[in-house]
Amino acid sequence: MKKRILSAIVGTAVLGFAAGTASAATLDDVKSKDSLQCGVSQGLPGFSNPDQDGNWSGLDVDFCRAVAAAIFGDASKVKFTPLSAKERFTALQSGDVDILSRNTTWTMSRDTALGLNFSVVNYYDGQGFMVRKDLGVNSALELSGASICTNTGTTTELNVADYFRANNMEYELVAFEKADEVVAAYDAGRCDVYTTDQSGLYAQRLKLTDPAAHVVLPEIISKEPLGPVVRQGDDQWLNIIKWTHFAMLNAEELGVTQANVDEMKNSDNPSIKRLLGTEGEFGGAIGLSNDWAYNVIKEIGNYGESFDRNVGPDTPLAISRGVNAQWNDGGLQYGPPIR
Amino acid sequence: MALQDVSQDVGQPKVALFNDPKVRGWVYQVVLLVVIVYLVVVGVQNMFANLAAQNIASGFGFIGRNAGFAISQSLLEYNQAESSYGKVYIVGLLNTISIAFIGILLATVLGFLIGIARLSHNFIVRGVATVYVEIFRNIPLLLHIFIWYFGVLRLLPHPRNSGDLGWLGLLNNRGWFAPKPLPQELFFITAIAFIVGIVVTIFISRWSRQRQAKTGQQFPVFWTGMGLILGLPVLVFLVTGLPLEFDYPVAGGFRPSGGMTVIPEFIAMLLALSTYTAAFIAEIVRAGIMAVNKGQTEASHALGLRHGPTLRLVIIPQAMRVIIPPLTSQYLNLTKNSSLAVAIAYPDLVSVFAGTALNQTGQAVEILGMTMLTYLGLSLLTAAFMNWYNAKMALVER
Ligand SMILES: N[C@@H](CCC(=O)N[C@@H](CS)C(=O)NCC(=O)O)C(=O)O
Repeated sequence: MKKRILSAIVGTAVLGFAAGTASAATLDDVKSKDSLQCGVSQGLPGFSNPDQDGNWSGLDVDFCRAVAAAIFGDASKVKFTPLSAKERFTALQSGDVDILSRNTTWTMSRDTALGLNFSVVNYYDGQGFMVRKDLGVNSALELSGASICTNTGTTTELNVADYFRANNMEYELVAFEKADEVVAAYDAGRCDVYTTDQSGLYAQRLKLTDPAAHVVLPEIISKEPLGPVVRQGDDQWLNIIKWTHFAMLNAEELGVTQANVDEMKNSDNPSIKRLLGTEGEFGGAIGLSNDWAYNVIKEIGNYGESFDRNVGPDTPLAISRGVNAQWNDGGLQYGPPIR
Repeated sequence: MALQDVSQDVGQPKVALFNDPKVRGWVYQVVLLVVIVYLVVVGVQNMFANLAAQNIASGFGFIGRNAGFAISQSLLEYNQAESSYGKVYIVGLLNTISIAFIGILLATVLGFLIGIARLSHNFIVRGVATVYVEIFRNIPLLLHIFIWYFGVLRLLPHPRNSGDLGWLGLLNNRGWFAPKPLPQELFFITAIAFIVGIVVTIFISRWSRQRQAKTGQQFPVFWTGMGLILGLPVLVFLVTGLPLEFDYPVAGGFRPSGGMTVIPEFIAMLLALSTYTAAFIAEIVRAGIMAVNKGQTEASHALGLRHGPTLRLVIIPQAMRVIIPPLTSQYLNLTKNSSLAVAIAYPDLVSVFAGTALNQTGQAVEILGMTMLTYLGLSLLTAAFMNWYNAKMALVER
């Protein structure tokens, strides 16, 4: 806490005296550092989670690795900064991280008043509720009077307020700064309900003493489009982020996978040729080499592969593609064409 | 040769204004002030220019906007549907002040008891006090807070089988649900009786001090005072027909309804802050008492004063002079440490204002600025009060 206030003060002071921090090209910065600084969560299984050896994995982590692969042709050139919900935007604004890839909901105020830009949605989510099975509650509408644990500095607090007000229900909100304390307090019985993004509930449930004793209620009370965020004023950087995601989506749609990407280089399909850089000069247009997308697929795989590996049905989170399926598969993920 | 008086010759030395140390001193001060003001102004201007350049919102317009989130403890009427960020600030500030104020009272009482116990002639009492000080002083405060919080949570039962405290209400892991006093129409008479009791006691104690100084006769001020301050209101309360009712909490639902709630976060925070700070206060008290020369005790005994009056009239007043200054910094520490509350979801100023509100609005500069000034203000007020008290206790040279 003290450290954070200090850094905020130093940040403010620097902001005060640094003459006009020109929105320098983030790409040049990253290249000269020879690594990408990526802001992630402090540990959310499936999205950004460190193992015992400090190796990060997850959907949001994969995304940063993909950006590093696009820039350097080497997915390992990423350094991760774990951030609480409360710290994340300041860390991005002050330049501590080059990109924030941390289950962050795209909202209008965050996109406009903070000097930040949301780029794409790499996971469509919504807020849900988790309760103990033995509470015998089957619907969120039965929760009037409940105590609810959640994280401060999230969209969650406001959604709960809206939902309970709209349904004329009472509640007590207990808001912690760190996700681990939310889990501990909920586990210790301080609250009847744990609320956050539904994906987050599935992830955090794994940390409870007895995960099987808890259920996620069916109601989804909000739209939580989660995606990577960058600073305003650097269009080239924004483009790199957007097109890294779109390249992974297009690869899935075109059937290009980590395993067959080398073979696919010989494909006659013009869309695949443009994607993998055997035709056209698309990499140059965003300041990267022409095989940028090839490197992304080669090192990380396409969107579907990353999804399945981190949160899909065969992982402990066991989340189905649902709205995150490709557009031609009934979902919302839609990669604009590379041409 | 007679001694000559040279003093007239010296007169005022004629020096250039530039070399006059007084003038010079002033010039330096003014130059320094101008430089500081300039740096601050340029810094602030530059900061706002940079914020604007980065498209980050700034200004204080957010204060009046609707906050829209709930707060688990509020001493004022707080309504998430209507209350503004300004209200959030006030609610957070009151929560900080209440935890700090009660924490200081508890820490002081506990600290004095343990500090005196550290000097006890009884081996066991002394040992226990020493162990207490060493344990509490040497574990980081944040750990204390977590231990108390999760300890308290695990010890307390689920609301479905709340502990029944009889007329004290219900206790479970959602907090202590105490009966809420509802003063009836005639209750104000009891309140007046209480105030009258205090005022009269003050007069009596003045009068008795003067009389004792003149005649040496003593007056039982303590017992008279107790009678006036406690006995009188109770009597009035009975005579006016018990004009106070209680709203008792009733078990049921997710948590008991009715009454008033003391949330577990408050209890844990209060216990952690006061037990931790008490360890430091105990050491200060011990040092203060030990700083009073043994000769004072002996002299007092030689004058025929017994042990109690010696402690009360000779030792403590002198020890207080040593105790108060470091005690003040402990009070300031406790107030500032209360900002750790955010770790266990106690809604203090840092948690709801410099936390949630900051995140919701993104206006870090304004909100952190206000928060810093607030802590500064609280600290200065505490220090001012303690300085006044210190001056009152200071040695009066006769
Ligand atoms: N998507 C929401 C909530 C994000 C959030 O912070 N969720 C929590 C609970 S799932 C979390 O990520 N905790 C992990 C951590 O703090 O490291 C937002 O952007 O405000």
